[in-house]
Amino acid sequence: MKQSQFERLHQPQWLSFEHLVVLLENGKSRPEASETFAHDYRRLCQHLALAQARGYSSHLVDSLQQLALRGHQQLYRRRQPVGASILVFVLAGFPRLVRQQWQFVALAGLLLFGSLLLTGLLVYGFPDLVYSIMDPHQVAQAEAMYDPDQSRLGPGGERLASQDWMMFGYYIMNNIGIAFQTFASGLLLGVGSLFFLLFNGLMIGAVAGHLTQIGYVQTFWPFVIGHGAFELTAIALSGAAGLKLGWALVAPGRQSRGQALREAANIAIQLVYGVIAMLLIAAFIEAYWSSKTAFSPQAKYLVGGALWALVAAYLILAGRQHAPD
Amino acid sequence: MPQTSATRRNAVLVPPVDTRYQIETPEGIDLNLRPAGLVVRSLAFAIDLGLRGLLLGGLFMLLVWLGRLGMGLAAILLFLVNWWYMVLFEVLNQGRSPGKQAMGLRVVADDGTPVGWSSSLLRNLLRFADMLPFGYCLGAISCLQHPAFKRLGDLAAGTLVVYRDLPHQRPRLPAAEPIDPPFALTLVEQRALLSLAERQDELSAERLAELAGIAAPALGVTRGMAMARINGIARGLLGPA
Repeated sequence: MKQSQFERLHQPQWLSFEHLVVLLENGKSRPEASETFAHDYRRLCQHLALAQARGYSSHLVDSLQQLALRGHQQLYRRRQPVGASILVFVLAGFPRLVRQQWQFVALAGLLLFGSLLLTGLLVYGFPDLVYSIMDPHQVAQAEAMYDPDQSRLGPGGERLASQDWMMFGYYIMNNIGIAFQTFASGLLLGVGSLFFLLFNGLMIGAVAGHLTQIGYVQTFWPFVIGHGAFELTAIALSGAAGLKLGWALVAPGRQSRGQALREAANIAIQLVYGVIAMLLIAAFIEAYWSSKTAFSPQAKYLVGGALWALVAAYLILAGRQHAPD
Repeated sequence: MPQTSATRRNAVLVPPVDTRYQIETPEGIDLNLRPAGLVVRSLAFAIDLGLRGLLLGGLFMLLVWLGRLGMGLAAILLFLVNWWYMVLFEVLNQGRSPGKQAMGLRVVADDGTPVGWSSSLLRNLLRFADMLPFGYCLGAISCLQHPAFKRLGDLAAGTLVVYRDLPHQRPRLPAAEPIDPPFALTLVEQRALLSLAERQDELSAERLAELAGIAAPALGVTRGMAMARINGIARGLLGPA
């Protein structure tokens, strides 16, 4: 068949298909109009293959190819069923994933909490050490935040109720930003995640050790214990996700480094979803519960302990049984 | 083993030698994507950066007026705009942030399908690694050495930034008497002759004569007559207008 005959024969079909594609691209298509889409798309693909095999001119082949590409983009859209999958992920998927990646989680946890404890103990034992880790200005700031003479605690100093909201925004921006950095820098063979985990452990440990040593126990610990459960765990998990990325590059196993990285990234990003959720909860607790001084320290320790137990139980126990279908 | 003309006619077309990226779809066709290089992507990013700056500037003006509630909102907005601006646009606007849209680019997955939430979030979170140690150094190096111009985030997320092709203009073929080719053309030869005939308006007369001259001995005509002969063959291949 000559090219011009072929074009005359099928041009109307291509035009109507293009019309449909334009509607879909602009999100204006009605479901009943798209019923023939899959069929039309397959026919277009056949026409393209024919045109190539018969050596028709570039003008025809290229424009059919363009149209096929646009159709392909619409046909293979990612389906995004959000509601149900979020629930399944929260109830079972995320804790399962954390347990499945336990090596990275354990390593990241060890790095963060290990350096935190070690620095804390060292600073507590050798008070001058804090000035080797932080500059005096930062130390003074930390002291001012947890001064026992205040009615409300934490970064931002003495504040009113409307400030809780302000600090909520600040915590979200700051903490999730840190978690994202810890994760993303893992791409550099894991070195970045190692650095951020150790750095955060060092800083938090130094502050904790120093404030305990100078006797701000009643203000500092009740403040941090509640949201720390979510916040520190989330930072450790984001580090684990970053280490996972880095490890895929260091030891890709039987795959190419590119393939290994893509697979690891797929898993790591799900850990990051969980981290985001945990940090949102942490920011909420930090702004609306931790900063209140109306409750006795005992109550805060109790609630804080319960929150730590909750996080631990969630990550260890949730999703162990299959849900009934 | 000598190839017969029949098997050569059915041979697959040679893969492109330029930067085009071919994907075979489940329907058995090859899609061609044109990956976008460093410069055009940097320009798109600069546009996005400027837009974000303006957006934040405007919002801050408004929110400062709201006081402390506004400060909290501003912090959340800063976070959203910083980390989620690209993701939201890429997923909800067919792979195009405003900057990419202005430069005629879009983000697609490696297999030519639209990007989803996970891929988009990954490639934009890993921007942080691309920016190290300063000014997108790692991203630029990665982009320049990769055949499909991927930065680190694209490598991990399995995504690609490609040009959106503009619709073709119908080329005008000069009227000519249809002629049969003097021998059976292979697919590649047929496409080459047709392409030359379709592109003749874009070429200078000298260049056209030079290109047509290459085919003159095979067609058995003088170099001066070659283009007229090719037009005739092209018309014959295309069929009546």
